[in-house]
Amino acid sequence: MSESKTIDARDTFCPGPLMELITYMKQANVGDTLELLSTDNGTASDVPEWIKKVGHEMVSSEKVGEVWHLTVRKTK
Amino acid sequence: MRILVVGGGCGGTILANNLARRLASEIRSRKVRITMLSASDKHMYQPGLLYVAFGQMMPDELYRDQVSLLEPCIDFHVDPVEEFYLDQNKVKTKSGKTHEYDTLIIATGSRIVPEEVPGLIEGSETFYSETSAVKMFKRLREFEGGKVAIVVGVPHKCPIAPVEITFALHDYFKARGIRDKVHIKYHYPIGRIHTIENVAIWAKPEFDRIGVEYETLFNVKEVDVENQVVKSEEGTETEYDLLISIPPHRGMKVIEKDKLGDGGWIPTDRYQLTMEGHDNVYVLGDTTNLPVSKTGSAAHFEAEVVAENIASIIKIGAPVREYDGKVYCFIEAGHDRATYAMFNYQNPPNLKSPNKSMHWFKMSYNKMYWTSVRGLL
Repeated sequence: MSESKTIDARDTFCPGPLMELITYMKQANVGDTLELLSTDNGTASDVPEWIKKVGHEMVSSEKVGEVWHLTVRKTK
Repeated sequence: MRILVVGGGCGGTILANNLARRLASEIRSRKVRITMLSASDKHMYQPGLLYVAFGQMMPDELYRDQVSLLEPCIDFHVDPVEEFYLDQNKVKTKSGKTHEYDTLIIATGSRIVPEEVPGLIEGSETFYSETSAVKMFKRLREFEGGKVAIVVGVPHKCPIAPVEITFALHDYFKARGIRDKVHIKYHYPIGRIHTIENVAIWAKPEFDRIGVEYETLFNVKEVDVENQVVKSEEGTETEYDLLISIPPHRGMKVIEKDKLGDGGWIPTDRYQLTMEGHDNVYVLGDTTNLPVSKTGSAAHFEAEVVAENIASIIKIGAPVREYDGKVYCFIEAGHDRATYAMFNYQNPPNLKSPNKSMHWFKMSYNKMYWTSVRGLL
């Protein structure tokens, strides 16, 4: 049974949103969905770049107010 | 009021000492009692391991007796917690004793888990424990040249460590007169060479200047020890003669076993530092799931906030401060220069050029830590 989890990485400079996502991706099971919250505009390009290279799935990306909501699925 | 501190590392010790001073009169009149449970009778200054790996500090310089660091009124026991019963406000220890509390502070820290990356233990050197740091130093002494690869596990304690070890390796080989025989390649998990953008902006031209190659978006997947190749989750690989690793970390086993937090990281309110769903439980340092550096510095600043709030709740019935995400990290830029990064939730670090003064400040702090952890600095 796949699960969904939200990672609150708003207002963080270290370890930063992508590093947070990688941490939780390692703990997740294949099929799980992770939603990353970030106030860093760089996240909008950093996350899809990594997801594409490592081979997971980018589900959605949108900015609501000042917060980016990026949803990814673990595929391997 | 029974206050129980679980963990005798940097955060737990600073908190207990700070609290003991704020509540001195309440402790004397027996209205408050502070108890600390720890896994060890020794306290280690963990940042010193970086120097042990280069023969610049001896391991025995990193330790003090824990009891010598604590205010005498703190009831200290070497008896780690093996079971948390948060709904009953009590814990059970390894010796079988039960400790009840009114306020609990969990500061159990983190542990390295290199075994989660196949081949990393057998194939790499690291400096995240006394034994491994000494082993790394001996390996460096014997190294006469070749390909050095640095890889970084996620998450890891001390986010500055990857760049510090890289500068230190450069200076070490240069001092031995073999830098021209050593190729250093640095690998980092995200798309720039450090997670803090201003550190990356500063370190990149420095790496170029000293001839360090770098590959980003490299999350170490496995080490082929026999063929001396390290492979990434992203599908790339690097050959090495000497592999240096920053191992991945997890929280302590008891946190995972008792289902207090995935990965051993406890869900924590980022301002009050209370455990989510438990207003009488505070979490400090590496043990939190906060998006904050896993460093002694973060634990230190968090401990001051929690101590002040627990004391004010006892004295006036309300907390008085919030944690603002403050972290201060020294950055050793080799063996004779350093800078620092100071930041919080809202303000990124503004890096200054490394200089000798900051390096000597850091060397001084290596001794001053024992004053800091007593809660005096």
